[in-house]
Amino acid sequence: MEEPAADVTVGVTNAVTEIAELSGRKLVDDNGQIIRPAQGDVGCDAYISTSSAGGGLQMMVAGVVREMTAASAKRAALGAGAIVMDVIASNDRRLPHEQIQRIRELRPDMILISGGTDGGTTSHVVQLAELIAPAKPQPRFGSEYRMPVIYAGNKEAVPIVEETFDKSVELSVVPNLRPVLERENLGPARDKIHDLFLEHVMAHAPGYDKLISWTDSPIMPTPGAVGDILRTIAEGQGINAVGVDIGGATTDVFSVFDGVFNRTVSANLGMSYSISNVCSEAGMPSILRWVHLEMDERELRNRVKNKMIRPTTIPQTLEALVFEQAVSREALRLAYQQHKEFATTLKGVQQQRTVGDTFSQNTSGQTIVDNMKLDLLVASGGVLSHAPRMVQTAAMLVDAFQPEGITTLAKDSIFMMPHLGVLAQVHSKAALEVFERDCLIYLGTCVAPKGQGQRGKPCFSYSIRSHALNELGEISCGELKQLPLADGEKAEITVEPARGFDCGAGKGKPVRKEIRGGTVGIILDGRGRELELSTKREQSVPAVTQWNQALDLYPESS
Amino acid sequence: MAHAYTPGLKVTNRVRHRTRRLLPLPGEVLAEIGSHVQAQDVVAQAFMPGDVSPINLSNALSLPPGDIPDIMTRKEGDVIEVGDVIAVTRGIFGFFKTDYKAKVAGKIETISKVTGQVIVRGEPMPVQVKAYLSGEVVEVLPQEGVAIENEVSLIQGIFGIGGETCGPIRMACESHNDKLTLEKITSEMKGAVVIGGARMTGEAVQRAIEVGAVAVVSGGMDDQDLRQILGYDLGVAITGSEKIGLTLIITEGFGDISMAAKTFELFKTREGDEASVNGSTQIRAGVMRPEIIIPLSESELASETESVHSSGMLDVGTTVRIIRDPWFGLIGSVTGLPTDPTTLGSGSKARVLDVKMESGETVTVPRANVELIEE
Repeated sequence: MEEPAADVTVGVTNAVTEIAELSGRKLVDDNGQIIRPAQGDVGCDAYISTSSAGGGLQMMVAGVVREMTAASAKRAALGAGAIVMDVIASNDRRLPHEQIQRIRELRPDMILISGGTDGGTTSHVVQLAELIAPAKPQPRFGSEYRMPVIYAGNKEAVPIVEETFDKSVELSVVPNLRPVLERENLGPARDKIHDLFLEHVMAHAPGYDKLISWTDSPIMPTPGAVGDILRTIAEGQGINAVGVDIGGATTDVFSVFDGVFNRTVSANLGMSYSISNVCSEAGMPSILRWVHLEMDERELRNRVKNKMIRPTTIPQTLEALVFEQAVSREALRLAYQQHKEFATTLKGVQQQRTVGDTFSQNTSGQTIVDNMKLDLLVASGGVLSHAPRMVQTAAMLVDAFQPEGITTLAKDSIFMMPHLGVLAQVHSKAALEVFERDCLIYLGTCVAPKGQGQRGKPCFSYSIRSHALNELGEISCGELKQLPLADGEKAEITVEPARGFDCGAGKGKPVRKEIRGGTVGIILDGRGRELELSTKREQSVPAVTQWNQALDLYPESS
Repeated sequence: MAHAYTPGLKVTNRVRHRTRRLLPLPGEVLAEIGSHVQAQDVVAQAFMPGDVSPINLSNALSLPPGDIPDIMTRKEGDVIEVGDVIAVTRGIFGFFKTDYKAKVAGKIETISKVTGQVIVRGEPMPVQVKAYLSGEVVEVLPQEGVAIENEVSLIQGIFGIGGETCGPIRMACESHNDKLTLEKITSEMKGAVVIGGARMTGEAVQRAIEVGAVAVVSGGMDDQDLRQILGYDLGVAITGSEKIGLTLIITEGFGDISMAAKTFELFKTREGDEASVNGSTQIRAGVMRPEIIIPLSESELASETESVHSSGMLDVGTTVRIIRDPWFGLIGSVTGLPTDPTTLGSGSKARVLDVKMESGETVTVPRANVELIEE
């Protein structure tokens, strides 16, 4: 959304025109309006939409002490999937006017203020509010938009803070994220950030009003729609599921474990706007370890930046595709890591910290994400949905998420999940039918025992029986193997892990399970968990080349 | 006909441009509506309260806090200098008096009989906002700032670092295809906005910093050089606050890429003119691009005509630039727009177009990988 077409509806019209060209059906009239209702072979019955416009959430956080409340506020924002553009603290060595200038220049989507323990001194946090109020922070979209400011500080200061801000900001008050020094309560602030982003920030993208008037049902935020559909699948089948949607600016991860739903938006991990950030966070060597072809790092760095400044381009050559898929592995790995840190057993519960932890605040708490208990892993988003070969999608999923034990892999055929999420509101039967028939493409099943072993030593033995397949064999450590098992077929697998390896029943204990086939089939993964891959080229290139050949990932390159 | 990606960058020889210049806190506006200001003129200023220094007199003079107000020789609101006596104890029978000499200058803000502290506030610090753009003040926002307008040549770059600056345009390259190298930067470029052609090298930027150039603008640069200049790897493209000694703007992209001929020619016609430059970039929805603004002189005003921005339609014969490898940066003319998706070298299927390049070779590229250019 930038000049000369700073309007979300321009993209919608372009997309509908494209569909019309491909389907040979007239869908848009001469005024650029979608023709509704359908009359003969012209127009369509309804237009519904999801939206991820806004390109990620960018926040500023403010706290009294940089190492304490400001750090907690930053964690709350990061937990909500925001990019933290700057941290303003009373002790950050900047003069007040420099801080104010910074707030103005950065045009954040939202500001989170914290500071002071409940019942403690109010003056410092009020000073912070007094600093931010005159800055009259201008958001990046539109002049009618009021900047959301969340106050999550000393509750005693609430009335004064409310008085400090005039009507030019949208002030929300949530419980203190640091009620006492040793305890953090990030949940309410994090949830508020999520809500405000979905309801408020995104809705102010240019042209959004017009788009609302076009649609036949309320526009749903893309992450919300994907989350709804995933939750429906998990609940319906009584399984644990993880879904991922990787986009240009953000990566959303959804999980349902033991009926508990969690969602994270990693606003700084994506394949175009945020690609450079993935490279800087993961480091170029971590990305290049997944690349078996020789590439010039200088050249690659330029390509990454060019993708960032021209986000709509697509890889044309095999080399470019291999590199993008390598970046996606790291983006997904980092996003899943953030998700695991966010989805903890203590979510929404006040997190207890000892006085000793006061100055070294790291996110802790037991994550409820357990790869061994994971039944279904669903891939969605451009780089995963549009990979030229299904096996590439499966490989990216397995390498990034590292499922343990026996896990079914699926992908969203053409990035349809969000649309079905919103279609379900209008026509649930149609949504369900499309979902079952066209949306989920089962890739197959991954079998990967947890544990580490010496390369070449036995990892596990297997026997697989179905009416089409009768295989038994052994997988050694470091080995990867693909067996065909068509979509719709089921097979019974018995896995006998070697000593020290666990496939779900405990170390060395055999597991028997019914598995489903798919377009890829069965991936037998003896590479161990955690999957270790060196960043040294002389070690990673032979390993990755071998894996790529085993799965026939890039036949053109061999 | 179909749409193609256009980065929407403005390169125009004449446009009426408006800029708002606001104070970070309420203050005084120094310009009036209708007045003409220069880029370096201060148009608004405010004084922000000085630093606060607490003096614990109760401790310093070993007296109960309640006694402090009575022994003060200066009262709240008084201005004091370093060395001024601000309090004298009563002593014993008028003898053995102890005084307290101020160690900081400022104004006495409060004298507390609860804590025995005296709060001294330092000199107010001025915060100034410059005009940035030479032109006419068209709006005054009381206590906040002004809006300035002028007829200008406006060039938006695709990416930049560093904030606002201004200086005269100096061409360093003969052609838009010339790399901006170390030897092209001379000491006469002190204070100037240096215009290169193709990629600016890291050494050239270093030399530009040494000679005191205020900005360097060129077609491209290597990311590795950018990383070296910044000292870190840039993640999200939100820039403007870097302090590297000058402002850098690239007009086309990263790597070996020439500045668009039209842009280069526009700079050439403006050589010697004062330009306002801002490298601030935010690549996200609600994008912000770096800019070079060159106000037109009286004579230029009479001769220039306003340019019209072309719309982004793609058709046979349209000139496009390929914006992705393997032909990144090359320019050609569209010779075909097949409707059906085509399988690419990567194995993906996408809608493509055929482009005849300047070398005479015809290549097939995804439609997503070209942008329209005006030549």
